[in-house]
Amino acid sequence: MVNKRNLVFVTAAVLAAILVPQVLTMLGEEYLIGTASRIAIYGLAAMSLNLILGYGGMVSFGHAAYFGVGAYVVGILSFHVFDGSSIMGFQGTDAAVLSWLLAIVISALVAFVLGALSLRTSGVYFIMITLAFAQMLYFLFVSMERYGGDDGVIMYNGRNSLPMVDLSDDTSFYYVCLTFLLAFLLLFVLLVRSRFGKVLQACRQNETRMRALGCNVRRYKLAAFVIAGAVAGLAGALNANHAEYVSPDYLHWTKSGDLMIMVILGGIGTIIGPVIGAAAFLLLEDFLPLLFDATGFPTFKEHWRIVFGPLLILVVLFARGGLVGTFSAMRGDHER
Amino acid sequence: MSAEPLLRIDGLYKSFGALAASNDVCIDIAPGEIHAVIGPNGAGKTTLVAQICGQLQPDAGTVHFDGRDITLLQQDKRPALGLVRSFQITSIFPDFTALENVAMAVQLNAGHSFHFFADAGRDTSLNEPAMGYLKTVGLQASAGTPAFALAHGQQRQLELAMALALKPKMLVLDEPMAGMGPDETAHVISLLNELKGSVTMLLVEHDMDAVFALADRISVLVYGKIIATGLPEEIRNNAAVREAYLGSEDDADA
Amino acid sequence: MYLFLEQLLNGIQFGVFLFLIAAGLTLIFGIMGVINLAHGSLFMIGAYAAAVATEWTGSFALGIVIALVVSGIVGMAIEFVIIRRLYDRDHLDQVLATFGLILFANELMTILFGRTPLFLNVPDALNGSVEIFPGVQYPLYRLAIIAMGVLVALILFLIITRTRAGMLIRAGSTNRDMVAVLGVDIALMFTLLFGLGAVFAGFAGAMAGPLISVEVGMGEQQLILAFVVVVIGGIGSVRGALVGALLVGVVDTLGRAFLPDLLKLFMDPASADGIGAGLSSMSIYIVMAAVLIVKPNGLFPVSVARH
Repeated sequence: MVNKRNLVFVTAAVLAAILVPQVLTMLGEEYLIGTASRIAIYGLAAMSLNLILGYGGMVSFGHAAYFGVGAYVVGILSFHVFDGSSIMGFQGTDAAVLSWLLAIVISALVAFVLGALSLRTSGVYFIMITLAFAQMLYFLFVSMERYGGDDGVIMYNGRNSLPMVDLSDDTSFYYVCLTFLLAFLLLFVLLVRSRFGKVLQACRQNETRMRALGCNVRRYKLAAFVIAGAVAGLAGALNANHAEYVSPDYLHWTKSGDLMIMVILGGIGTIIGPVIGAAAFLLLEDFLPLLFDATGFPTFKEHWRIVFGPLLILVVLFARGGLVGTFSAMRGDHER
Repeated sequence: MSAEPLLRIDGLYKSFGALAASNDVCIDIAPGEIHAVIGPNGAGKTTLVAQICGQLQPDAGTVHFDGRDITLLQQDKRPALGLVRSFQITSIFPDFTALENVAMAVQLNAGHSFHFFADAGRDTSLNEPAMGYLKTVGLQASAGTPAFALAHGQQRQLELAMALALKPKMLVLDEPMAGMGPDETAHVISLLNELKGSVTMLLVEHDMDAVFALADRISVLVYGKIIATGLPEEIRNNAAVREAYLGSEDDADA
Repeated sequence: MYLFLEQLLNGIQFGVFLFLIAAGLTLIFGIMGVINLAHGSLFMIGAYAAAVATEWTGSFALGIVIALVVSGIVGMAIEFVIIRRLYDRDHLDQVLATFGLILFANELMTILFGRTPLFLNVPDALNGSVEIFPGVQYPLYRLAIIAMGVLVALILFLIITRTRAGMLIRAGSTNRDMVAVLGVDIALMFTLLFGLGAVFAGFAGAMAGPLISVEVGMGEQQLILAFVVVVIGGIGSVRGALVGALLVGVVDTLGRAFLPDLLKLFMDPASADGIGAGLSSMSIYIVMAAVLIVKPNGLFPVSVARH
């Protein structure tokens, strides 16, 4: 990060990200600005998963739960504004600052409770339990008839309101998402180098040793789990705004799988990997069907996952470093 | 035995099914002493270490450290009291450099690690002491080498440096010489000799030369029972010990 | 009271299903150390195979047999091509690769059979109900499922107590060297065991056909419930899978049937329905959390021999 080549690279990447809307407008592909926002949002969510998965070694298969809780906080608050009703004695709100903050706090709280329970175990138990708890929340939201049950909540009032910024404008919204992404990237760099980050990485490498060194391992893992949950909640809140719609699908277990794929695809345990993975995943999702259509395999247009599944297996079996790892290997870098 | 013992193990009992891995084990270790525990494979040495360090809980009996009953104290709370262990099978952080490994130990010794922003890798309050401990064990030249790339003997030395970084009152060393060459063994023996007096040690070791070179007193563990405790000469000349253990040294070294 | 009895039997029958799925899952994990998400896909494949084969042959019994064969073969093929490359990998790799398998299997089924669910009728011989208690009628087919579940549990019990593979299960061993010491062709044994687990899953899917609609994604619901079962019972323990499955089946069924009514005793009907629906959908996870707090390694932890 400190050496010159990296500095040039980072500056160029940030500039490119800032110019995305202008370039897309010039090309007449404005509708892709929404995809760019989604990349920023999912990049944020995948990075938060990477904190516990790649750095903390916690294979959480329920990360979409926090994404969904954050989204539902925004959706429910907006629903009550539209409905004019109150929730537990409080009015709903359309204010971005308040509802996003609440989304962060509530998903952090949920992550705290579920994390404290899940972290009583490790290994394959942890995978199954995080998956099961996420499924529990999924069914909880499905059962909430008031908020649409299976169908979810449509935000009839549109996106949240932010002073000075018009979130309903796609370009402004993209910049808001990008700001959050860049801010968390910066925070993330600091975090993984800090004492806390070192402890987390050491726990991943050798938990027994950490305990013997006098470290209360579970406390640090839980702290990381809560941070990851909070950031995923923010990403969920942003995605609810992007789509102006929230449904139990946000918490579906395949969504947790998607987040994991993004992390792996981009490069687990690297700083920028999950963002690249999110971009690759979402672009594949958008363009793989078109590609099949154009190349004379229209059958696969709708069924692109039949190619994506085996692709994932191949990446797992043969390209563990993901895109970042492969790229670095080609450059002859040594990833740390 | 004039002073109050630093570690007092009293009536420790632990069984796995029908097998009693610790059977009424009693050991007192005075401050400054190097106390060796020897015994054939399967005698229950590692089980004993695990109970002293809180990895396993005994079925009966007590462990007192520095006047405090720690029998049921959680494993990760023990190093703060000054009770620190090393592992029989090398246990380090393979992706960290040697320096980072020791710096982690220094960091954990310095209190909680809920510091989220400052770069720990550039923290001289961690790196300088860590470098000092690497020097003590003779690894300063390899400070920047990732731990997985160190030779086996060097990894054992690294492990010792990490243990020292916790500023222990007492070190529980589970076969520190396992897998070391003769030169490295000699180096570690002289290092432990230098520490003698300032750090109390419980030494579990197969290498009899090392044991007799270092130990003030020796306890012999056979089938979970202490069959003898005494000065090295006493143990050497003890008939029961010779029969149970030293007499069949070929097996014991296997 | 009769209603309660009927729901209790429904719960046991649901539990038997879950046991069939969880048993294969826990066996495969216990012996090979692999967490196989695609286990739910084998359930789905069994259901589809039974539905299609019954349609062709006109015989439900033949449909079941074909479903067993198909899921067994698919299971062994999956093991041969992919799973065996994952034995030495960490759990994350196993999760991701088998997740890739799910994506593939689901999409393949969609291409082959479309998105409309298939329906499988209860065979004539098992259609109808019997009087299990004076005045209580219960569907014969569901009773048959319970009987089948008992039979499978017995077979598994015999495998575990009477065979070499069973010896390994009892030892809680994931140590491949030890298997080699026993003089078994490990690769072949693992393939066959994986096939056996697949057969159980496929059997559950085939039997489920007449009760739930046969559709893409039907396996994953069951898979996650099977995870809950395994967590409650203890990974690697077949006995734990049985107890956990019955517990989950009964709690879930009774919760859905009675919790809203129970809550109406304390609150107004509208909120009782709402909260009851929410609570009953969470009930088994709450049981799981409770077990975790008391016994983090499940009710029947398999102690791995250490020294």
